[in-house]
Amino acid sequence: MGHLLRYVFEPGFFGSGPVHVALAVGTVVAITSAVVGVFTVMRGQSFAGHSLADIATTGGSGAFLVGLNQFWGYLAFGAGAAAFMEMIGIQRRRDRDVATGVVLGAALGLAALFLYLGTQYSSATGASFTILFGSIFVITPSTVPALIGSALLALATVVALARVLLLSSLSPDIAAARGVPVRAVGAAFLMALAVSVALSAMIIGAVLSTALLIGPAATALRLARGPARAAAAAAGIGVAAVWLGILLAYDSFYWPPAGRGWPVSFFVVTLIVGGYLVTFLRRRDRRQAAQEAPDAEQACSPV
Amino acid sequence: MTAELLRLDGVGVRLGGREILRDVSFSIRPGEFTGLIGPNGAGKTTLLRVILGLQQASSGSVLIDGAPRAARESSIGYVPQKLAIEPDVPLRVRDVVTLGLDGNRFGLRLPSRARRELVGDMITAVGAQRYADARIGELSGGEQQRVMIAHALISRPRLLLLDEPLANLDLSSEQGIVSVLARLARAERVAVLLSAHDMNPLMPVMDRIVYVAAGRVAVGSTDEVVQPEVLSRLYGQHVDVIRVHGRVLVVAAPAGVDDAQAAAEDAYGGDTEHAGIAG
Repeated sequence: MGHLLRYVFEPGFFGSGPVHVALAVGTVVAITSAVVGVFTVMRGQSFAGHSLADIATTGGSGAFLVGLNQFWGYLAFGAGAAAFMEMIGIQRRRDRDVATGVVLGAALGLAALFLYLGTQYSSATGASFTILFGSIFVITPSTVPALIGSALLALATVVALARVLLLSSLSPDIAAARGVPVRAVGAAFLMALAVSVALSAMIIGAVLSTALLIGPAATALRLARGPARAAAAAAGIGVAAVWLGILLAYDSFYWPPAGRGWPVSFFVVTLIVGGYLVTFLRRRDRRQAAQEAPDAEQACSPV
Repeated sequence: MTAELLRLDGVGVRLGGREILRDVSFSIRPGEFTGLIGPNGAGKTTLLRVILGLQQASSGSVLIDGAPRAARESSIGYVPQKLAIEPDVPLRVRDVVTLGLDGNRFGLRLPSRARRELVGDMITAVGAQRYADARIGELSGGEQQRVMIAHALISRPRLLLLDEPLANLDLSSEQGIVSVLARLARAERVAVLLSAHDMNPLMPVMDRIVYVAAGRVAVGSTDEVVQPEVLSRLYGQHVDVIRVHGRVLVVAAPAGVDDAQAAAEDAYGGDTEHAGIAG
């Protein structure tokens, strides 16, 4: 980890190995998260994404404690939680409230213990920060094939299921009547969601991972009309936020307090939230215009 | 005599120990327009779900073309009562109708001019072209019904099931939906089975009526079924059938209340034909 950090201090942005890794992994993960996110928001499963992120935090800190790469912890705990959620079927509001207060609280409490113990036994004091808030510049090059491979797998799953997922969100009854195995499709999607959460956690941390998942998707859904365009717009927004975040984080090594660099997660999340807020300004403009000139609107519509 | 498209034989449904439907038998022939009429809670939706394979019958059989329904039954189109869709879901009317063609398939689809034209024609056929690019969640109930009819018909089913498509619609949307359905059913020779709690908007187009009350059905032409004796037997209590201004009102007097008074209250009460009958 230490020798990688040294590279980051090199002056050339495009000559830096960690920047290359960050850009490559960041791009693939941003696209996967954004596309999975569009379906997550459409299916009303943002809460499931958030729960998976909290439980992945426990997995990531546990992996750190036993000396594994945190990705495997995120992935194992996220996938396990997804399977459990599918089994008990958290659908009712009341169950969600209980889950939020009790299960997710316990998961994060366990994460606190693991991180405390982990930092006691090793000198890696930045580990807590990396697991909770991510650090795209310290991705171990040997995990890159696994990261990109799982991202492509999750993306391929969602693309393969795209039409049946759309039909199911229109009406689960129609989908079932037309022979779609609605339950199995839902389970496969939840697994793809767990993988995306684990990947986003590598980029911007377990605690923030839903921002990369839901943020670009929510923004795209306010702008784009068709489902394909919404997925493309979300992917574009996600990639732009990650790239700009990486660039700004790199530049911030020269910002005060000098020499430490600001976290990439801060920039990525701020850019995503900023983009989302801009869509509200745009919407308001349109609505105001419509109110001011209702006759013009009517004249335009075909008879 | 045309072959039967759908046949129900002695179908019964029990849910949680409660008998929802008992000994339901009727058949539908190609091109017929059948009204599934009855008060709320009579079991109309359950009956449609049994035909769709979404609900298992506890007794009896459902045959499509003389055979049990296949897992991917493509000869039945379905328009559910209500869509649970938010306005932010990026499905345009076009996308929804296209999903009627291939929404049960896996993988991506390639762009196709023929498919786009087919979808455009279907949207025009139901009169939804004005909002073809609007999101489905932004439309009114009547507009959504038209779109879902297009969604159901584009895969060319031979039987179209609609669950209360006229509920909560204003008068002109109601008439619009009924005339679109009657026209398309005749043109495409699609049999229609439509559930409704008010039979009046359907009187001009119904070939047959399946009247559901208290879990049982009476089947026949409207003149045969909508008779005080038939419906009284079905409801298991005395029922009057009143015809006023070309409308039919089915009226039951609660025990101890004067029949005439109840009928008068009902007539003034407006639209509902089932006031006074617990569902």
